[in-house]
Amino acid sequence: MSDDHEHGHEHDHDDHAPITDGGEPTAAARVRAIEALLVERGLISREDVRRGIDWLVSRSPADGARIVARAWVDPEFKQRLLADAREAALELGLDPGPSPVVVAVENTDDVHHMVVCTLCSCYPRNLLGPPPDWYKSLPYRSRAVSDPRGVLAEFGVELDDGVELRVLDSTADVRYLVLPRRPEGTNDLDEGELAALVSRDSMIGVAVPQAPAAV
Amino acid sequence: MTFEVGQRVRVRAREHRGHHRTPGYLKGRTGTIERYHGTFTNPETRAYGESGLPEKALYLVRFDEDDRIYADVYEHWLEAE
Repeated sequence: MSDDHEHGHEHDHDDHAPITDGGEPTAAARVRAIEALLVERGLISREDVRRGIDWLVSRSPADGARIVARAWVDPEFKQRLLADAREAALELGLDPGPSPVVVAVENTDDVHHMVVCTLCSCYPRNLLGPPPDWYKSLPYRSRAVSDPRGVLAEFGVELDDGVELRVLDSTADVRYLVLPRRPEGTNDLDEGELAALVSRDSMIGVAVPQAPAAV
Repeated sequence: MTFEVGQRVRVRAREHRGHHRTPGYLKGRTGTIERYHGTFTNPETRAYGESGLPEKALYLVRFDEDDRIYADVYEHWLEAE
């Protein structure tokens, strides 16, 4: 402690000031205030919030990958998935989430799909877990519709000129899941091994699953 | 259902204050109805604590550019071309 620190000086502190790190973004502060009000009025409890966060972070792309791998090995399941992805997820014992409609779109040699939500961050959280930060970023949300091939190239996906690119802007209650192409050279893999090849990004449509390196 | 799959439509370019789910870059553009998703509560009223009723039909609309954009648009934001 420095020698010139005076004892008994008037502290200009508010005993009831909230404890923050001072760098909290405005949106986060607003959400905390709304949460406090909802709790105060008895509409939700802190336990509800904790349970909700717990559920959200417990979801992972592994669920989506199971769906993709099943579709790769079972053509009839694939048809059911493309007809109604919500029902197909339920068939595998997965929880497709609150969206009443979940749509799976198939990437082929001729057509490539990628998903964005230009308005916010709509995303099939139940099947893929929380969206990556870049998915919520303004650059991805704007450039995915203005320069989608450029965005894909930055993710390492170079589409041939002849490939039709379809960008799905997820603007409403529907959630979209990309069914990526099964990589060549994976005929010997079983369903579990195939699921391990299916990355989160490939189900958003900004990556392509790769066969494991030859052994 | 107000529109048929394959029908040409235009996204209304009207002003709308407050929450809505029609992205600005699509307003005024023409597209084709690709798919009918069913009816959903209206997010424009639901966002303000109302019921969102009556439900609105939701369509996947295809916008033909060099690379195709598909977006979900509620019926009251569409008009026949």
